[in-house]
Amino acid sequence: MFLRLLSDVQWRAAHPKWRRMTSSQRSTSTTAEPHPVSLPAQAQVVICGGGIMGTSVAYHLSRMGWKDIVLLEQGRLAAGTTRFCAGIVSTARPMSIELKMAHYSNKLYQQLEQETGVQTGYMKTGSISLAQTQDRLISLKRIASSLNVMGIPCEIISPKKVVQLHPLINIHDLVGAMYVPEDALVSSANVSLALATAASRNGVQIHERTSVSHVTVQKGRVTGVETDRGRIQCEYFVNCAGQWAYELGHSGEEPVHIPLHACEHFYLLTHPLKEPLSSSLPTVVDPDGRIYIRNWQGGILSGGFEKNPKPLFTEGRNQLEIQNLQEDWDHFGPLLSALLRRMPGLEALQIKQLVNCPESFTPDMRCIMGESPTARGYFVLAGMNSAGISYGGGAGKYLAEWMVNGYPSENVWPLDLKRFGPLQSSRTFLRHRVMEVMPLMYDLKVPRWDFQTGRQLRTSPLYDRLDAQGARWMEKHGFERVKYFVPPGKDLLDLDHSKTFYKPDWFDIVGSEVKCCKEAVCVIDMSSFTKFEISSTGDQALETLQYLFSNDLDVPVGHVVHTGMLNEKGGYENDCSIARLSKRSFFMISPTDQQVHCWAWLKNHLPNDSNLTMEDVTWKYTALNLIGPRAVDVLSELSYAPMTAEHFPSLFCKEMSVGYANGIRVMSITHTGEPGFVLYIPIEYALHVYNEVMNMGQKYGIRNAGYYALRSLRIEKFFAFWGQDLDAFTTPMECGREFQVKLEKGMQFVGQEALLEQKQNGVYKRFTMFILEDHDTDMDLWPWWGEPIFRNGRYVGKTTSSAYSYTLERHVCLGFVHHFDEKTGEELVVTTDFINQGEYEIDIAGQRFQAKAKLYPFSSLFTQRRRKDEVELS
Amino acid sequence: FYLTPPQVNSILKANEYSFKVPEFDGKNVSSVLGFDSNQLPANAPIEDRRSAATCLQTRGMLLGVFDGHAGCACAQAVSERLFYYIAVSLLPHETLLEIENAVESGRALLPILQWHKHPNDYFSKEASKLYFNSLRTYWQELIDLNSGETTDVREALINAFKRLDNDISLEAQVGDPNSFLNYLVLRVAFSGATACVAHVDGVDLHVANTGDSRAMLGVQEEDGSWSAVNLSYDHNAQNEHEVERVKMEHPKSEEKSLVKQDRLLGLLMPFRAFGDVKFKWSIELQKRVIESGPDQLNDNEYTKFIPPNYHTPPYLTAEPEVIHHKLRPQDKFLILATDGLWETMHRQDVVRIVGEYLTGVHHQQPIAVGGYKVTLGQMHGLLTERRARISSVFEDQNAATHLIRHAVGNNEFGTVDHERLSKMLSLPEELARMYRDDITIIVVQFNSHVIGAY
Repeated sequence: MFLRLLSDVQWRAAHPKWRRMTSSQRSTSTTAEPHPVSLPAQAQVVICGGGIMGTSVAYHLSRMGWKDIVLLEQGRLAAGTTRFCAGIVSTARPMSIELKMAHYSNKLYQQLEQETGVQTGYMKTGSISLAQTQDRLISLKRIASSLNVMGIPCEIISPKKVVQLHPLINIHDLVGAMYVPEDALVSSANVSLALATAASRNGVQIHERTSVSHVTVQKGRVTGVETDRGRIQCEYFVNCAGQWAYELGHSGEEPVHIPLHACEHFYLLTHPLKEPLSSSLPTVVDPDGRIYIRNWQGGILSGGFEKNPKPLFTEGRNQLEIQNLQEDWDHFGPLLSALLRRMPGLEALQIKQLVNCPESFTPDMRCIMGESPTARGYFVLAGMNSAGISYGGGAGKYLAEWMVNGYPSENVWPLDLKRFGPLQSSRTFLRHRVMEVMPLMYDLKVPRWDFQTGRQLRTSPLYDRLDAQGARWMEKHGFERVKYFVPPGKDLLDLDHSKTFYKPDWFDIVGSEVKCCKEAVCVIDMSSFTKFEISSTGDQALETLQYLFSNDLDVPVGHVVHTGMLNEKGGYENDCSIARLSKRSFFMISPTDQQVHCWAWLKNHLPNDSNLTMEDVTWKYTALNLIGPRAVDVLSELSYAPMTAEHFPSLFCKEMSVGYANGIRVMSITHTGEPGFVLYIPIEYALHVYNEVMNMGQKYGIRNAGYYALRSLRIEKFFAFWGQDLDAFTTPMECGREFQVKLEKGMQFVGQEALLEQKQNGVYKRFTMFILEDHDTDMDLWPWWGEPIFRNGRYVGKTTSSAYSYTLERHVCLGFVHHFDEKTGEELVVTTDFINQGEYEIDIAGQRFQAKAKLYPFSSLFTQRRRKDEVELS
Repeated sequence: FYLTPPQVNSILKANEYSFKVPEFDGKNVSSVLGFDSNQLPANAPIEDRRSAATCLQTRGMLLGVFDGHAGCACAQAVSERLFYYIAVSLLPHETLLEIENAVESGRALLPILQWHKHPNDYFSKEASKLYFNSLRTYWQELIDLNSGETTDVREALINAFKRLDNDISLEAQVGDPNSFLNYLVLRVAFSGATACVAHVDGVDLHVANTGDSRAMLGVQEEDGSWSAVNLSYDHNAQNEHEVERVKMEHPKSEEKSLVKQDRLLGLLMPFRAFGDVKFKWSIELQKRVIESGPDQLNDNEYTKFIPPNYHTPPYLTAEPEVIHHKLRPQDKFLILATDGLWETMHRQDVVRIVGEYLTGVHHQQPIAVGGYKVTLGQMHGLLTERRARISSVFEDQNAATHLIRHAVGNNEFGTVDHERLSKMLSLPEELARMYRDDITIIVVQFNSHVIGAY
């Protein structure tokens, strides 16, 4: 309750404008007249939620010039999760987009008091993240590398230095720590009030005690908002309802799926120490002890992320659960032990309160932002995974940019609402998943970890067969995919022990799968890929696709085209393969996680023409990828059809029979650059075709392979993947894919102008392949992604993916190289010479490794041995 | 001969079963948190049975214990069949029609019950067809009867008990062409069983009892202490009302011979029971059925024996007494147990032991700092102590097991004595029945939050 009082005092002291606006009797009593001003009948934007997110969006929208904005809050401003937030602004985030949001927030809050006159309690204290193990220290070093190249001061320090910064810390079990001196503390409620004050001065109308019952949507567009005080017509709606965002999303006729779920979150407040703690003492994060500790009113505030979280509100707003939100000391016990182990000197400190404040968590630990795929104008910003105050400023800014400009100024795909669909919206799934996510906040995050809950939702019909053959699984967009196959008799480490930043235990297993792909033939189940069919009665399909895709799709029937689906700036919204099945129908294959995004993009861009139909056929086909020089032999024996290059050239598509099954769509593509085919099999034939392929393949040495092998193959071949290397801010020109763009195809297409300009003026970043030179695979830390790239000692960009190449026997990293002016930092054009004439290093957790840069793949790897064999034979 | 603690545990835990009601089943928040049940045999084979099931077409949960005598056939049949009779009695007319239509047209039936069974709780496959036909006749009659009134739980329970007993009796009279089944229905009818069944739906708790098993409510008083509330009356010689009732139903001339040595006609301990046609049928009927029955029946001295002073049958009924109780937040649990438990322990002790066990494991009073001055160190000490208490004392994961441990192993001071426990459990089969009876216990836990919100 204390924080509540605090915020009320500030609230009156500041005399924010809306208070006077909404108070018809000019009394200071805030409760006498709850609804003095009636709601406007219409507005351009209605924002629901008066917490840090809602006020930040209002603030940024109004700063960007949008004025006709109404913010509705069901209770009082900053009274929900925001009020109880611990108020720690921390930039130590592993993901670069999150790091950027936190960095911006910090800068914003710093000057907010000056800008608005509202005291925000901003105090630059710095933060110390402690490492009890070497692995933890590695993860901190990786973050430190990221922070440093962003220009955020950051230091890896010894335990001794920790004591100098914070005398209460017990350091006997520490191996090191990371110090970020510019991290800060704020009163989050007051930050929110300050943002509201500034927004209100810019003309935003704020109405408290007004709750939104649902949002109305007509013809796929937001038209208005129904509240308990009447209707407001609007063009844009922003759902910033925090832990109630899921329910609000589901309240309308057309549900907007916002997958988040609340968990109870506890922190402890104490009375001041005998000698009150200084308010400039740094915040301490002890992830191995699962706790954070900050100074608070001369005492401390300490909370954490326990192993056994308590999810709540699964059934929605349940009065019982709200009443039962009370202190649970037994639950807090382990965290209290960790606190006293870290700061034994606090034993005699008196308890003030144990605060229980629900926080919302998302299925992948990243926040949710963006526009609904089904209702245009319906924006969402929620699910902050307890980092609301750190992200508040930056997230609000990106969303405001998105609404005003059509897209934010940074790639926010990792946070985009459209990475989820109805798939992740089951309450049972969310309940179970957040119970895994919350402890993960402080768990060690190593490369290639997978969620363990909410699994086996979407599976290939071959799942059981593959599982019985030793498949180990990972999940993408709810779909189970094979990582690799553990051969019989071989054991791998259990989940906990296999966590490593070094060479993983599956190294040899994947190595032999790769070898088989190169020398014989492998089968990979790739059913998870998103598959659409687009067809029309006339030429509409071709015309529309020609406009939406950069490559020329007016190819003979039976041809397959790799092409980008670009935005106006020429950036990749999607990267796909399209087969022309007939004059008037096309079959499109996109990455797994494109299912919602690509569908929404196409829906929004396809003309409203009943003669043009699009169907999601992902579930109808099982995809088997036959990779390797012997794939052709297996397939021709099974189909009694000649499959050689003359009869079946690459990038070709034909319906044919395989075994007894007819109507199998065979395409001569692989996603790795190896020779091979992908078979799209109607699911009822899947098992039959798989069995036939495996039986027939035996004499050619066929075996199962998984995605790890695929990954190694595609990276050594310099193949970029959407979502990993490519995003909405990358153009084909920047990644050496000019050949997939037909600027002269005789008609306009989206992004054409931008690409033309790049063709003339050059690009500002360039996708480059790096081969690590002095890296010891057995002894050194492995690259992952996000490692800084240095050219002649200067930072030029980050890696986007990496893998061990079993052929080169070296690590290969892919990443983007920029050219920053040495003096001004301005971005300059990147030329081939610039790339080729540099000395490169890759920074893995603070250690730099020499790397050789290449703009084109090794040609030797491309020679198809099959062809050579044939030549020799003939 | 001495059993080690792990051996004792494996005996005690062999039949334990726990069911946690899903906190939210998609429709309702349940007032039942879950139940623990367990059995300890003294007879070989055990003659007690237990059942638990969730009603799927109506709301509520059914739990029951059944104590067989003169064999286990009747208790087994009742444990399989009674809940179906109750569930059918509770069904609204439309649902009955729907089910009948489904059977008629060979479509899949709506599931009526979801059983919660220990792997050892079996159903007799051979008789299922026969049982189903009897049940179907019952619901067809209910459909024809269509009173149009909403079903009263009390009446439904009484009707179901009486109907099942009637069906058991009829099946034995009619017989079955299959000789195995024929012998089975006769064994069911000539043996007997008591039944104590609870139906919980929201705050409405009904207990229907026939015989001398018992339902006991555990109530936590404001000061945290426990008290026991009877939700059933024993039907035996100790119950004056029962003795009175039996005497009322027969001519004055039989008054002396009705109850002898605390037994009905000097033979039967419970005054109400399923089966036991020896106490229900006329002498002529008994003789006719036995003579036309299989040889095994004819050779059995017990079945052939006609009780003395047998003038005005029936002497026995399966009609239950039903008690309705509105659950309150202080009602924490319900214990259903056969007389094997109640003859060894006082009901107050039973409720106290279960109450302390459950709060220790699940409902340890939450700590609140409130306005007190508490330091971090003190709080830490307190929490550590609470955790230690939980983990060390309660080796049992099941309240029913815990109760059996006390019932069998308690010494004169009311604490479990391992040596005594070991002796009691290692008695040879033929001796066990002299020292203890079969014990069957179900402990149902209620959700006070849900009950308080009604």
